[in-house]
Amino acid sequence: MCDVTDRAIAAAPNVFRLHEGAALSAEHRSPTPAYSFAYLDEGTKRMIRRAILKAVAIPGCQVPFGSREMPLAYGWGTGGIQVTAGLIGSDDCLKVIDQGSDDTTNAVNIREFFSRTTGVQTTESTRKASIIQTRHRIPEIPLTEHQVLVYQVPQPEPLYKLEPRRSETQKLHGYREYGLMSVKLYEDIARWGHIDESYDYPVCVNDHYVMAPSPIPKFDNPKMHQMPALQLFGAGREKRIYAIPPYTNVESLAFSDHPFSVSPNEHACELCGSTESFLDEVILDKQRTLWTCSDTDYCKEQREAKHTGVE
Amino acid sequence: MSNFARQDEQALLIVNGLGHTYGGLQALKAVSFELFPGEVLAVVGESGSGKSTLLKILSSALTPTSGEIHYRSERFGKINIHQLAETRRRELARTEWGFVTQNADDGLRLGVSAGANISERLMALGVNHFGHLRDQANSWMEKVELPSARIDDLPRNFSGGMKQRLQIARNLVTHPRLVLLDEPTSGLDVSVQARLLDLLRQLVSRLDIAVVLVTHDLGVARLLAQRTIVMHRGQVVESGLTDQVLDDPQHAYTQLLVSSVLV
Repeated sequence: MCDVTDRAIAAAPNVFRLHEGAALSAEHRSPTPAYSFAYLDEGTKRMIRRAILKAVAIPGCQVPFGSREMPLAYGWGTGGIQVTAGLIGSDDCLKVIDQGSDDTTNAVNIREFFSRTTGVQTTESTRKASIIQTRHRIPEIPLTEHQVLVYQVPQPEPLYKLEPRRSETQKLHGYREYGLMSVKLYEDIARWGHIDESYDYPVCVNDHYVMAPSPIPKFDNPKMHQMPALQLFGAGREKRIYAIPPYTNVESLAFSDHPFSVSPNEHACELCGSTESFLDEVILDKQRTLWTCSDTDYCKEQREAKHTGVE
Repeated sequence: MSNFARQDEQALLIVNGLGHTYGGLQALKAVSFELFPGEVLAVVGESGSGKSTLLKILSSALTPTSGEIHYRSERFGKINIHQLAETRRRELARTEWGFVTQNADDGLRLGVSAGANISERLMALGVNHFGHLRDQANSWMEKVELPSARIDDLPRNFSGGMKQRLQIARNLVTHPRLVLLDEPTSGLDVSVQARLLDLLRQLVSRLDIAVVLVTHDLGVARLLAQRTIVMHRGQVVESGLTDQVLDDPQHAYTQLLVSSVLV
């Protein structure tokens, strides 16, 4: 037991640093004394941290936790919020994105929520943030060892469409019986000629657990592999937390004669000109659509770099 | 029926003093038999005679209250199957064993195509080449006389006989050494039964598979099995060569069973 914990500490120094911050801040800087720091009570946050540590120690394994009622509906990021609440300390800088954007409803609300319940600094800059909570995207700017990426997960079980019994999927994961996962991929190729998963594309973590990466586009899958930042996944309704520690192998599943591939961009961003980022198609009127980076912070940085002439 | 249990060969399966009680009900009493590689053994008896309980124990879905089963595995050597770690037992169940259920719907994934049903066990073994899986699925569709044009159709839309043949293909694709058949032809009409039996006989002899065939149909036993054991109230009342048991039954119950066949 002891060495598992040690390994987890070594793999996730951020978590511990943030713990201490959380304990301090409760007394000093909370702007809304009616609430506990980061909304959840200390006992709950401790329970969440325990689940996070276990998840980090077993990369890709879904760890059950006592998910709480949050002041927003399931499906709006209750899992991600609880993970963030467990991590956040007063010296953190929080960024929240929804579909890559900082100014959509979900992102604005969650950012405001933590701003009010913790008083921490918030930012729209990927580089400045120490915790980034995300829905459906991984930022384009590469993350560092000093950052934690928190995903909001609707369905943590990659096998649920094929095997509805939790007790059985647990065994399948434990024994690494992933024939069933291949059945899904087989069906896609037989029917469509290619693997028809454009988002939530299943991955194998650390050569053991098959994991649902949450509904990020498969474009983002390669970013998870050997990422320097700690990646945490919270599913509120399904009451599961799982993790990819820094510098872990993450492999997208595929057949040897149908390898994983990302469909190339057919457009460049019309605002910043980038051809490397994930694009959204924005409908302007009946005739025209605008192709633009889904990661608004990245797009902004690209545009500013052009103006100042810095590459 | 010439290749009846050869004495020089080692038994594949040794069942020793098997007993099972459901609460106070004795469902199985001191059942013992041996099964040799490539041999087909029929277990006949009326409803409630303990046939299904025996099959459940053999497939390790149920742990017996007494007795033991030894199996000679290619991977793990000679083992007691109920003392084996679950992970190994599951490995055996999807490689060296096959289980064809009475109701094909229970043994198939109805929501995925026929080809995927056949390929599942291969993929579980780590076959990771789509083209190869496809070839195997096609060849097994052919072996069980299913039209290859229907490889991408859902088994949900297959007829009863086709589902049963698909289930057989799905089980045999990894070339198991031991297959348990639970009333494979019941629920099918007579002409379909005949074709299925013919197919089973061919496959079993060609692939040299040992089979435990549970049936209440003496005709099926006579057609497929070299040896037969007769069960009555949880006990084996008679066993021997199929022709011998059916033509010259010794036990009163077997005599009743044989005489009540209509044909």
